[in-house]
Amino acid sequence: MFNLEKIITIDEAVDKIKDGMTIMVGGFLGCGSPENIIDKLVEKNVKDLTLICNDTGFPELGVGKMVVNKQFKKMMVSHIGTNRETGRQMNEGEAEVDLIPQGTLAEQIRCGGCGLGGFFTPTGVGTEVEDDKEKKVIDGVTYIYEAPLKADVAIIKGVKVDKKGNVYYNQTARNFNPLMAMAANLVIVEAEEIVEPGELDPNCIGTPHIFVNYIVGGEK
Amino acid sequence: MTLDKNQIKAVIAKRVAQELHDGDLVNLGIGLPTMVANFIPEGVDVTFQSENGLVGLGPAPEEGKEEKDLTNAGGQPVTLLPGGAYFDSATSFGIIRGGHVDYTVLGALQVDQLGNLANWKIPGKMVPGMGGAMDLTVGARHVIISMVHTQKGAPKILKECTLPLTAKNQVNLIVTEMAVIEVTDKGLVLKELGPDVTVEDVKAATEADLIIPENIGSFGL
Repeated sequence: MFNLEKIITIDEAVDKIKDGMTIMVGGFLGCGSPENIIDKLVEKNVKDLTLICNDTGFPELGVGKMVVNKQFKKMMVSHIGTNRETGRQMNEGEAEVDLIPQGTLAEQIRCGGCGLGGFFTPTGVGTEVEDDKEKKVIDGVTYIYEAPLKADVAIIKGVKVDKKGNVYYNQTARNFNPLMAMAANLVIVEAEEIVEPGELDPNCIGTPHIFVNYIVGGEK
Repeated sequence: MTLDKNQIKAVIAKRVAQELHDGDLVNLGIGLPTMVANFIPEGVDVTFQSENGLVGLGPAPEEGKEEKDLTNAGGQPVTLLPGGAYFDSATSFGIIRGGHVDYTVLGALQVDQLGNLANWKIPGKMVPGMGGAMDLTVGARHVIISMVHTQKGAPKILKECTLPLTAKNQVNLIVTEMAVIEVTDKGLVLKELGPDVTVEDVKAATEADLIIPENIGSFGL
């Protein structure tokens, strides 16, 4: 069951995100991140969040702004090299950082959204990534088990979103967004432009409306 | 002949580019590997993938023509060639892990004679994270390491990596400004020498054992 009236204000959207939640944030080094929602989360200073995102962005771009504002107790990401503040918080024990191979992270989120119990991957075999994980040899190749990932809330970004919640992604701003839209209990999409149902070509919809709970935006 | 920094990078990138063939799907890492795209021999049709979600990567855009939603995996603005395509991150790593990428070209902090690679972490000092490198080294059909031969004079090609590994036994070829070295079951084979470099020079700059064949080729600027 999904709600039918989806367009809400950015304040209403951010009020749904509570201290201590696990939050997925779309985007790849800020490309395809919901910048307006992120800015509002910084302003409202929601705390003790667990982040699931490809990376921790840059200090002034993407989810990196929330890192600088110290809103995460834990970050599950593949790369932190473009935001020194993440490394500082990790080294000084202020926040926990779980570094995950990018393809593993994407597949964990996909599994979370698709009702799968995880998967076996060759990525990370023979490295510290395999520590404490189940191993399996299939047709002579060694794999390690990786669990699915889910979140309380996902905030994603679409270039055009219709009023029902169908999302059209632009270029490489797609990245993790459609995966996260399927893997969270509550999905809020930030739209650059909100259009009428029927305006988007149904063949080109990246995320069907059934996954989207709320729409914010219309402001480019 | 002493090469300056840019010449060193150009020599390496140009030599790596000669490994690529018509029809290859190639993923280039950030930094020096990205330069390989500038040296693809004329008439060779190579398709580039970028793990943030595209195939058909084109040249950098002209100034003022950057598009905010179109970047490479380093976050820099890029272009898409006609016939290119976009996809999500799960599909992108399906391409990578699924063996659909012919070559990946990556940098290294250390590489060793078993084909092990370390390039994501210096404990206590620098921990950028592995990004897509672990998936790329395991998934790509051929792994080429392109790097400057030494780090401030210290060898980077070792008997055994001391830094945390990115992947085990996955490296196929190492290209530096001094040498082309192939990783084989028997060990590292010195295949070619760079401009004005001798076998002794390579040995002195390499900690790993090298197999020296009778015939060694050469490459240059």
